[in-house]
Amino acid sequence: MEIDFRKEGRAQIASVKGRIDAVTAPEFEKKMLEVIEQGERTILINMSGLEYISSAGLRSILTIAKKLKAENGEVFFAALQGAVEEVFKISGFHSIFKVFDSEKSALEKI
Amino acid sequence: MEGVSLRLPAGLENLEQFISFVSGQARQYGFDSLRLKEIELCTEEALVNIFNYAYSEKTGDVVLTCRGDGDKGFIIEICDYGEPFNINSIPTPEIDGDITDRKVGGLGIYFIHRLIDEVIYRREGDMNILTFIIYKKQSDT
Repeated sequence: MEIDFRKEGRAQIASVKGRIDAVTAPEFEKKMLEVIEQGERTILINMSGLEYISSAGLRSILTIAKKLKAENGEVFFAALQGAVEEVFKISGFHSIFKVFDSEKSALEKI
Repeated sequence: MEGVSLRLPAGLENLEQFISFVSGQARQYGFDSLRLKEIELCTEEALVNIFNYAYSEKTGDVVLTCRGDGDKGFIIEICDYGEPFNINSIPTPEIDGDITDRKVGGLGIYFIHRLIDEVIYRREGDMNILTFIIYKKQSDT
């Protein structure tokens, strides 16, 4: 699992690649919480390079979302692929979060 | 169960090896890449539950066995020597609700029931034996 961060406007974009499973989820969560600690409040997670996520990754996402909400921030998602999109749909995450087809369309709306 | 097996100590340090093993066997059986990811997901969810609950008080091994059963399907058997732990007895989680009150507990087992065609648990002596049967679909070659 790799995360690249870059800033565009007020959005902090986190591009995640690889797999978020029970082994890598703690590292993903730690890096995202660090960004929130640094004051970022609008976070867009670009999942175009993410090939796999398990419930451990969803648990981390929920922790991140709750932390951001408490700070009046919000997390958005873009470009979910294959199995990751399916997991978001089955778990109901597709309904509780704002999910966009692409990073471009997300940036136009947030 | 006949088939190909991998036996390793329970623990996250061995998760990747277990998943690679199952995925390699399932690929040989002919599942497409999306179905392979679903099989990896459900195997991870089952293993993590075994690591956390069946082996919460002690350590031990997990034996993963894979077998293709002709046209019926692909069978994964996950065997451990921990405390009795029946994933079929875990209630379905609430998947509605907003960010504030949403919980993720039980979601892994929910995935298993949604994505695996047959999920069978049995206790045999000091072993928990969990069997997944994944049907071969018309589109799988």
